Amino acid sequence: MKSLGSIRRDFAPWNDPNAKPYIQFDNVTKKFGDFTAVNNLSLTIFEREFFALLGASGCGKSTLLRMLAGFEEPTAGRILLDGQDLRGIPPYRRPVNMMFQSYALFPHMTVENNIAFGLKQDGMPKPEIAARVAEMLKLVKLEQFAKRKPHQLSGGQRQRVALARSVAKRPKVLLLDEPLGALDKKLREETQFELMDLQQKLGLTFVVVTHDQEEAMTMADRIAILDKGEVMQVATPPEVYEAPASRFVAHFVGNVNMFEGKVAERTAQTTRIAGATGAQIVVENAGDAAAGADIVFAIRPEKIRISSRKPADAVNALEGEVYDIAYLGDMTVYHVRLDDGQMVRASTMNAARVTDDPLSWNDRAWVSFRSDAGVVLTR
Amino acid sequence: MSNATAAAATSPSADAAQSPLARLGAAFVGRLVIIIPYLWLLFFFLIPFIIVFKISLSQTAIAMPPYTPVLDFNGGISGFLDQLKQLSIDNYTWLTEDALYFNAYVTSVIIAAISTLLTLLVGYPIAYGMSRAPATIRPTLLMLVILPFWTSFLIRVYAWIGILKPEGLLNQLLLATGVISQPLIILNTYTAIFIGIVYSYLPFMVLPLYSSLEKMDYSLIEAAKDLGCPPTSAFWKITFPLSLPGVIAGCLLVFIPAVGEFVIPDLLGGSQTLMIGKTLWNEFFANRDWPVSSAVAVILLLLLIVPIMLFQQAQARAQEQGK
Repeated sequence: MKSLGSIRRDFAPWNDPNAKPYIQFDNVTKKFGDFTAVNNLSLTIFEREFFALLGASGCGKSTLLRMLAGFEEPTAGRILLDGQDLRGIPPYRRPVNMMFQSYALFPHMTVENNIAFGLKQDGMPKPEIAARVAEMLKLVKLEQFAKRKPHQLSGGQRQRVALARSVAKRPKVLLLDEPLGALDKKLREETQFELMDLQQKLGLTFVVVTHDQEEAMTMADRIAILDKGEVMQVATPPEVYEAPASRFVAHFVGNVNMFEGKVAERTAQTTRIAGATGAQIVVENAGDAAAGADIVFAIRPEKIRISSRKPADAVNALEGEVYDIAYLGDMTVYHVRLDDGQMVRASTMNAARVTDDPLSWNDRAWVSFRSDAGVVLTR
Repeated sequence: MSNATAAAATSPSADAAQSPLARLGAAFVGRLVIIIPYLWLLFFFLIPFIIVFKISLSQTAIAMPPYTPVLDFNGGISGFLDQLKQLSIDNYTWLTEDALYFNAYVTSVIIAAISTLLTLLVGYPIAYGMSRAPATIRPTLLMLVILPFWTSFLIRVYAWIGILKPEGLLNQLLLATGVISQPLIILNTYTAIFIGIVYSYLPFMVLPLYSSLEKMDYSLIEAAKDLGCPPTSAFWKITFPLSLPGVIAGCLLVFIPAVGEFVIPDLLGGSQTLMIGKTLWNEFFANRDWPVSSAVAVILLLLLIVPIMLFQQAQARAQEQGK
């Protein structure tokens, strides 16, 4: 059976109609003056889920997080956490903790005291605080830095202190605002996996805000893609990538080729699409697009084969000329200008060191793809 | 690299002659920038201080100038040395013998300390409010704090006499509104001195406080709240400790000049107030006892050097933390 695949095989409460939602945004709207940051948004997050809010800056993702933390109150709608309406509960009484984008470490306190801060607020007995702090320091591998002040630490170490401080209280939900934004690329990749490990180990619900799709794809169980304060799609990373709900999502996540067109003919098995520029494309999965409807056919570059001769078995093959080639080592990206004028991006894994079919600039070339390689988007 | 060596080989003399001179010139200019403030301090602080110190070791005399010995080289080196031998620390011993001076010092320090505390209590909320105000109106607020400096200090202190005197504006207002039936006696009391110092030195407190509060990252407060800290407690645990450099700077900027303050106690405090600035003025102008008043000044300076050094240390530490 074909599947888009999932990251955690045994974890999919969103598919279980009986699963109880843990965090619920019910028709939440947030306005700042005339500006609507969040517009009538509803969203459900489950316990122990690693949930990512993905979007460009200004899409309302940080506002959602800040409303969950209690720094902002919704203008309309309600937010439920574990069945409890959060309205009117100040941030210091909410069972959620946040890791700030700037880390917001207290500069006048040692690492140890930063981590202990929240525990002291709860009036935890001293020996227990000491034990918990030691445990947290061990968790983020900063045991020997306990007595340092934040300004004596590197960026990565500060990030880990911020993390330790925010999980020290064992919150019901951990909110992470661009947690890896300030780290360099290599450290970011390492830390992504550390965060996932940590989430598994502690069994907490994580809600992470990010503008970095790779980060969201790597870490999250599900991603909510936001635009202008509205949810565009909520789905697992493979779904978001392979079955985007709209042109916006397809465009926002990864690279994509889009063919504007109309549904020319529908049969039980296949659908034929007449491209606006003349290409004829046959697809299997046209969703609910009715005959005659204006649609967009979206296909990812890596699902397109490029060759100098027309492949004999190809259902879909379009002819054109190689316009540009980018050799990236692990793969090569071709830009092909089809004879009807449409530009197509095709990427090929360089699985072998040598190729039988070398292509160069301005060569005639065929791009071909299977009938299930792309998706038909009606929105 | 090879180009440069080639150029140097073809015209070594031009290169060698030009650059050391230019470097010397640059070094001189660099030094000059440092030398100017040092010269300023030498001529306008150190030399006057040495003169005052020398006078403090002299004896009062009915003469012009009113002390002996007057150092000169008319008698040659040996004469000069003889004059030096006449110097004594009698005036300092005198200061310890008369309780008046000790009391004046102590009162000055106490008045300055209380005034500093009051200025802090008034200034902190102002600075805090300013730092939390919308960014667009902050420059205006800052302007309002500095605005009083545009009027003469003396005139502003005189204005307080008009406000505080028994038939002054304050009493008229309170009597008219029926809050009091008898005019309050504020002028010529310590209360008036406190009011005067708090009013006059408020900008010196507000400005450093504002600068340390304004640069504070507000997400720290949010983080504290997020970790379970109610707003009041977050203020004492986060905001206040982080504004300490500003608190220390503001307090010293008020305390140091307030100890030696003369105009405010003289005009608002009346004749019975005993502050060291006034004592000094009396010794100098009323008694014409230059040596004793010089000794008073030297002791005052030594008294203030301690807080000044503390101030500098605090600033150095703040700078290091800022890195």
